[in-house]
Amino acid sequence: MTDAYTRFIRSAPGGALAKQLGLPRPSRLLRREDRPEPVLGPVVVLGASAGADQIAHQLLEEGADVRRRFEELRRVGSVIVVLDEIASPAEIGPIMLPLAGAMRTLAPGARVVTISRPAGDAEPSRAAARGGVEGFLRSLAHEMRGGGTANGVLLEDGVAVDAPGAIGALRFFLSARSAFITGQFLTVSSEAGSATENRSLPLAGRTALVTGAARGIGAAIARTLAADGAKLVVLDVPGAGTELSRLANELHAVPIQLDVTSQGAGERLVSSLREKGLALDAVVLNAGITRDKLLANMTPERWDPVLAVNISSQITLTEALIEAGDVLGEQPRVVSLASTSGIAGNRGQTNYATSKAGVIAFVDALATQLEDLGGTANAVAPGFIETEMTAKMPALTREVARRANSLQQGGLPVDVAEAIAFLCSAEAGGIRGETLRVCGQNMVGK
Amino acid sequence: MTHSDFPRDALILGGNRIPFARSGGPYAGISNQDMLTAALEGLVARYGLQGEKLGEVAGGAVLKLAGDLNLTRESALGTPLDPRTPTIDMSKACATSLETMIHVSNRIQLGQIDSGIACGVDSASDSPIEVTPRLRRILHRAFAAKTAMQRVKAFSTIKPADLAPVPPRNGEPRTGLSMGEHQAQTTAEWGITREAQDELALASHQKLGAAYDAGFFDDLVTGYRGLSRDQNLRPGSTLEKLGSLKPVFGTKSPQVTEPSMTAGNSTPLSDGASSVLMGSADWAAERGLTPLARVVDARSAAVDFVHGEEGLLMAPAYAVPELLDANDLALQDLDFYEIHEAFASTVLTTLKAWESEEFCRERLGRGGALGSIDRAKLNVAGSSLAAGHPFAATGGRLVATLAKLLHERATETGIVQRGLISVCAAAGQGTVVLLESVTD
Repeated sequence: MTDAYTRFIRSAPGGALAKQLGLPRPSRLLRREDRPEPVLGPVVVLGASAGADQIAHQLLEEGADVRRRFEELRRVGSVIVVLDEIASPAEIGPIMLPLAGAMRTLAPGARVVTISRPAGDAEPSRAAARGGVEGFLRSLAHEMRGGGTANGVLLEDGVAVDAPGAIGALRFFLSARSAFITGQFLTVSSEAGSATENRSLPLAGRTALVTGAARGIGAAIARTLAADGAKLVVLDVPGAGTELSRLANELHAVPIQLDVTSQGAGERLVSSLREKGLALDAVVLNAGITRDKLLANMTPERWDPVLAVNISSQITLTEALIEAGDVLGEQPRVVSLASTSGIAGNRGQTNYATSKAGVIAFVDALATQLEDLGGTANAVAPGFIETEMTAKMPALTREVARRANSLQQGGLPVDVAEAIAFLCSAEAGGIRGETLRVCGQNMVGK
Repeated sequence: MTHSDFPRDALILGGNRIPFARSGGPYAGISNQDMLTAALEGLVARYGLQGEKLGEVAGGAVLKLAGDLNLTRESALGTPLDPRTPTIDMSKACATSLETMIHVSNRIQLGQIDSGIACGVDSASDSPIEVTPRLRRILHRAFAAKTAMQRVKAFSTIKPADLAPVPPRNGEPRTGLSMGEHQAQTTAEWGITREAQDELALASHQKLGAAYDAGFFDDLVTGYRGLSRDQNLRPGSTLEKLGSLKPVFGTKSPQVTEPSMTAGNSTPLSDGASSVLMGSADWAAERGLTPLARVVDARSAAVDFVHGEEGLLMAPAYAVPELLDANDLALQDLDFYEIHEAFASTVLTTLKAWESEEFCRERLGRGGALGSIDRAKLNVAGSSLAAGHPFAATGGRLVATLAKLLHERATETGIVQRGLISVCAAAGQGTVVLLESVTD
């Protein structure tokens, strides 16, 4: 999956040349199979609040090598900066500054995670402090090296640092599963959800539907969810039926051939699920297409299908699943595929960006609707991901797009899949209406 | 279990096929093995048969490369089925996968196996092309030669004409006539009109299209190579369009004064594969599979077309009455008729023969005509004229389609449904099958 440029840069002469010329030198990102341990140790927990102590204790209990100071450490795996109680911007420095002297000791693939609270409607000084954390973290993410990442967990007021969602998000950012996510915040808005019992199979006993599963990112999502223990229902258009069957055979999954934009698609899905006696604990709305053209050349033939597949089908499918009343599990999780194009916009993608920005607003509204069912909805916004689709981009455009992020490389389908697997987990119940970017801190948008 | 427990029911549990394509279309360059493997993979995925050791997979192809002697075995080995699943290759022209179904059914009924897959595949795009018999013999002589001199001598006898490739014969070896030409004679004898043929063809397209639209094939077809419906399907065709086509068969037979068989009312050369999952009641129950239909009975017949005594594709007209008699049924006792549309006129001559006092008395030796059928019960989900006809795959398509129709109707009405499948085959043969619905 490594691109030609990266292979060259990793060779001795290529590396020397890149250093001379100041060219991007992307690091190899450590993913699940490269770094199976949940926390890269030693882990230093900064902060003096009760929350900081709680986090340190929690990690200790789990067997991590936990420290409260950097002194004498030659190499640091992870840093957790707990800022949950800060009341003024002046309080950030004393907690965070010890990290300055330790930056050069961070291991390849190191993790920095801040835990703070969103500004919300706090009083001015507190709001400024909380808001400040955002600027700090996003800048730090730009400065991370060796494939290291920096991300933040935002706990709404009233949410304890050891709430299932808080611990879940922290663990996700500390793990190798978030390899291509950096400079991002994930807000935990309630204490809903439950701790994961089976850490090695976090989705054991859960049934997940993945649309657009036959290839690319969809297939990676299905494989990742299956590896996490989920029973899979894989859905794609009839034309991709044989690829879908092969994936179903590989994962022992249930295949459903369905054009999600067809008349009555929602009802057909519901009746297929009923026929097979399936209730979905997770619904991953991945099916998506692009039909890029400048608006000046845009036609209904290019506009309509993009809107139909990327957003309208998500609305009709979720409506049908909710209305049916018997095909969703106890705490359903809906995860939809947005895109960084939906956040920042993209030349030639008015149709696509409309659909994807729609997704971002849609999951927020859907999350509210699912609250009554004990469920939640979120989105994942991939940046540049190495897929068959991006492989077809013009070479120069592709190269620019690939490097325009803090990690200086494209992500892999599995990176998107890992974020989705987390949002499908029991722990993620307190995370609602969020759009998590999987983009290596792409230079566009927030 | 003792022998007195048998025969037991052989049940149709479901089916899967890839969409049929026109020869030279999207499956050009795809082998029979690729297509059959895809059809089986889809079946395995649909019914969760990964790792299952089945009693037998029976399959076949009509246009078969010499190297494909174990076509079914090689295809099954390419699927997630247990590699210890035995297979058999069979062949009977267009009736191939109807015969593989009967074979699996018989073995299940006798208790020799508990489960099986009947399947078939054909590619008119990748059919075998051979060398002339003379060149073949020269080459064998050269390969067997002991000295270089003998080898040179053998090669020196090759003439330019020996080098022409020999495509599969498009005609009956004993008459030299193509199947279409034969049927054109039968069509003329029975006075089947062009309009009637075009109407049947149009109905086939409309019914197949409607069945796809209604989602009927959602669990019978698995998309392949970007194709999600049969490529030949033209639901928007009209009688005008069909009527504008020039006759292609009957043009060489002096006895056919008004040729009426066109590319629109004849099946095109096609590529595709189909499969049917079968099992005993216990085997199905253990896996939570819903039986759709049971195989009641089957018959085959052959006619003497060589001496002009009977039309090439008329064998089913003889086999069906025998099947009905054996089961104490009248032609009108059936709820569904699946009569393979090799040509629109094949269906129409067969029906007309059963309506004919003369035919039924003189040819079938009966007291009178079998009578006519309710046309609303004929090929209700479309048939070969619309779907196409990859020879050895058609039987599997018909069985799975009929089994689902029977089960659906029986579930709706609570009444047992019976259906007939009738397939004519090259060389004056025919195979017919009787299925009956099964409900919980």
